[in-house]
Amino acid sequence: MIRPPAKASAFLRWFCREDCIEEVEGDLIEIFDKEAIQFPQRARWKFVWSVIKHFRPEYIKPLGKFNLKTIAVHKTYFTIGWRNLLRQKGYSAINIGGLAIGMMVAILNGLWIFHELSYNQYFENYDRVAQVAESGIRQENGEPYLATTMTFPLSTALRENYNQHFKHVVRTTFSMEKILTAGDTKILSAGLSADPEIAEMLTLKMIRGNRKALEPMHSIILSKSIAIALFGDADPINKTVRLNNSSDVKVTGVYEDFPGNTTFSDVKFFTPWSLFVTENKWIQQRALTDWRNHFLRIYVEVPEDQTYDVVSGKIRNALHFAPEDIEQRKKENAALTLYPMSDWHLHPTYVRQGQMQPLLMIKLVGAIGAFVLFLACINFINLSTARAEKRAREIGVRKTIGSDRSRLITQFFTESFLIVVLSFAVSLMLTILILPLFNKITTDQVRIPFTSAWFWVSVILIIFITSLLAGFYPAIYLSSFNPIRALKGSLKTGKITSIPRKVLVVFQFSISVILIIGTAVVYRQIQYAKDRPVGYDRNGLIMVHKRTDDFTGKYQILRDELKKTGTVYEVSESMGPATQMYSNNNGWQWGNHEPNWDQSFGTLAVSALHGKTIGWEFIQGRDFDPAILTDSSGIVINESALKFMGLENPIGEPVSWYWWTDKSRVLNYKILGVIKDPVMESPYGSTEPAIFFLKGHNGSTSWINIKIDPKVSMSKALPVVEKVFKNIVPAVPFEYEFADEEYARKFGKEETIGNLATFFAILAVLISCLGVLGLASYMAETRVKEIGIRKVLGASVAGLWRLLSVDFVWLVLIACLISAPVAYLLMNQWLQKFEYRTGISWWLFVETAVCATAITLITISYQAIKTARLNPVKTLRSE
Amino acid sequence: MIDHSLGEFEELVLLMVAALHDEAYGVSILDELEAKLGKSLNISAVHVALKRMENKGFVRSRYGGITSDRGGRRKKYYVVTALGKKMLDTQYELRNSIYKRIPKISFG
Repeated sequence: MIRPPAKASAFLRWFCREDCIEEVEGDLIEIFDKEAIQFPQRARWKFVWSVIKHFRPEYIKPLGKFNLKTIAVHKTYFTIGWRNLLRQKGYSAINIGGLAIGMMVAILNGLWIFHELSYNQYFENYDRVAQVAESGIRQENGEPYLATTMTFPLSTALRENYNQHFKHVVRTTFSMEKILTAGDTKILSAGLSADPEIAEMLTLKMIRGNRKALEPMHSIILSKSIAIALFGDADPINKTVRLNNSSDVKVTGVYEDFPGNTTFSDVKFFTPWSLFVTENKWIQQRALTDWRNHFLRIYVEVPEDQTYDVVSGKIRNALHFAPEDIEQRKKENAALTLYPMSDWHLHPTYVRQGQMQPLLMIKLVGAIGAFVLFLACINFINLSTARAEKRAREIGVRKTIGSDRSRLITQFFTESFLIVVLSFAVSLMLTILILPLFNKITTDQVRIPFTSAWFWVSVILIIFITSLLAGFYPAIYLSSFNPIRALKGSLKTGKITSIPRKVLVVFQFSISVILIIGTAVVYRQIQYAKDRPVGYDRNGLIMVHKRTDDFTGKYQILRDELKKTGTVYEVSESMGPATQMYSNNNGWQWGNHEPNWDQSFGTLAVSALHGKTIGWEFIQGRDFDPAILTDSSGIVINESALKFMGLENPIGEPVSWYWWTDKSRVLNYKILGVIKDPVMESPYGSTEPAIFFLKGHNGSTSWINIKIDPKVSMSKALPVVEKVFKNIVPAVPFEYEFADEEYARKFGKEETIGNLATFFAILAVLISCLGVLGLASYMAETRVKEIGIRKVLGASVAGLWRLLSVDFVWLVLIACLISAPVAYLLMNQWLQKFEYRTGISWWLFVETAVCATAITLITISYQAIKTARLNPVKTLRSE
Repeated sequence: MIDHSLGEFEELVLLMVAALHDEAYGVSILDELEAKLGKSLNISAVHVALKRMENKGFVRSRYGGITSDRGGRRKKYYVVTALGKKMLDTQYELRNSIYKRIPKISFG
């Protein structure tokens, strides 16, 4: 016999009023039975349909009658959980506070990771935009490379002969800072020159104008922030903007600023590529067919139905080499490839020395977040199991009355859930409060995506995972009590039950100690690199970038005027700022060597007196002297260069420089002096051999370095200097950089990591201390009678203090022993990334151990001394 | 306040309850109605109509004995009450009186 669908029947019985079920179900079954003989399938459908049709107010039970029992039970879970919370306010505060801090760290880290992973996803064509790059194997070290700076003829080939494989091919310059002038307003801002299709490719959100706005040659599109800075509330469209005081362009569009987590976040305006080519005559003259001159970037958008692999296979033949390079490039296995947008941030082509791979950083931050949250869960576990005896009787009574274990487990889970939800509310408030600080430390713009469904899903996940993590062990442990023993009060609370607790405390402190040591090592490394002798004097040194042609021919008069003010010690020109090495060149020849094509030297064109201005420290020889004419064919080399050249008596030694494209072009020099290595690149790396000259094959000076007289304060000197600049080059806003600030910027990333590590270490220690505080006060409470008796028998307060503290001190010391080698291994590995690095000395571990013990002692002492000072008469009276 | 109106479908069901007398329960009413109307109905419509009319006092119900059919569920039998009968009479009178006023016109 065929039965009606079980699920439908169950549903009917669940919702249908008791006084109707007989009639309804009976009739339905009768109809079903009649029909099922002939059409079983139709009968089933009809049954289900009829059940659904009965699901209407007349037949549904009143709400209160649903699962009356279970609702009541769940309600008691919450009521009792809530009462427990209120009864032990101190413990609840420790629990909630600790968990809230842990969750805050987890949320912050989660948000940061989300921020990193969603890098560039602002662009709608995220999955289809790539950069054209050259890949190959470096001959020197056998490592693969990926170069993204391309040549003009390649871009022409891709745009003209291979454009059928792409939706768009866009050439851009590097992002360049330019002076934008509108009326009297002048601002300095970075922008790109690009083909007009860039607007479509990057899906610019146009506020004014459309995505074709970049097509006219003399046009510019501005980001909203720049448009407001230049024109305020006025309509910017069709207004004229002057670029670098030389060319006028018309505003044809305004787009929404790119968010911080995009590769183009610093780009504030776009100008047409055609304008760039027209204004740079050398491109027309030399670059159009030169396969060696790499100076532009090429971005492509592949069609929706194509993959990067397929397309990069099709464009392989577009790459050509200059005849001189063919052999070398074949050896390198150089080929064109597409470098997808999704890899730009997470798999960068180049990672600066000592810097972390972004993916590794993400994993590390994730791990720290998880660990800190886990520390907070450990507090919860420890406190609830330690306090189990207090509830042993309750559990005994419940079990005797008939509560089964699953009910008790639910009860304890409900309690931990309650605490976790409260903690989450607190942690969300904490996160909102602390996010500005966090953003300041990380220099990112992390936001809480309150409107994103994913955020709330993750929130619910965090709440559930945390309640499970924190509630699982206590629930199992507490519900396992034997009711008879629990009621008799003979529950074992000796050594064995406290062991898991101790293990957890040790674990907790190990993590905290590892974080402390890690933080200390990061800071020591930064300090070590900061204390490194720099080889020049950054104090009172300001650097001005000659951005426009307005400076041409004005240097001498500027220098004279500046010197006349009496606030300036010396002035010089150089190709790059004093704190950076801008160019590298091969083709140097000295002694009996062949011209050296393998070793490149850092090269910098300077003016005479550059050494005096920035304070070079000479080991041998002398600086360029403007009075001696022959010094124009002199060079100054650094110590590393001397070592590399292996010259015994460098002064006066001839050195020649062959030009790489034309070996008949030779410049002959004589060494004038040797200086201590100036740190111009990474302060963590070794210094590159470097050569300084007055006149070279390439590059003109584009920076002015001004050393303020040490006797004059910077605040007095700056207005004076500014006045001179305003008089002589009025068209250019006076923009300058402090050498010491620029130098300090080299430590930015590491300092961020250091600050973050401090932040996390402090929170981890705080959480661990909260846990210890809770445990200590509980221990003191349970031993209050013992202490009373000891006092009566003559124990001193100091002795009792020791008695109560010594257990914890042992735990902390064990934690230090465990964590020291782990921290050593981890940090040693981190330090290996730096060539110029500090060591990890043993006393760092001693210091940390002393610190950790001291913090623990301070935490528990309050409780221990309070207990030790209790009057024994009062504590012993109750029995 | 109890509503004393009678819907069209309710009236049909009430008529059927009265006609079947003592043998009227959900399925029998449904079967008879389906046969008379010549279209298929869902039992829920009959149930709802019966329930409403019971609330209005037009029908009265009692349970039959337990049998092994129907999943062990009892049948719920309905009989028309005096009020229900009166309601049917009134409806009939009303319709009849109006019907009689139709002039004798032949349509053909």
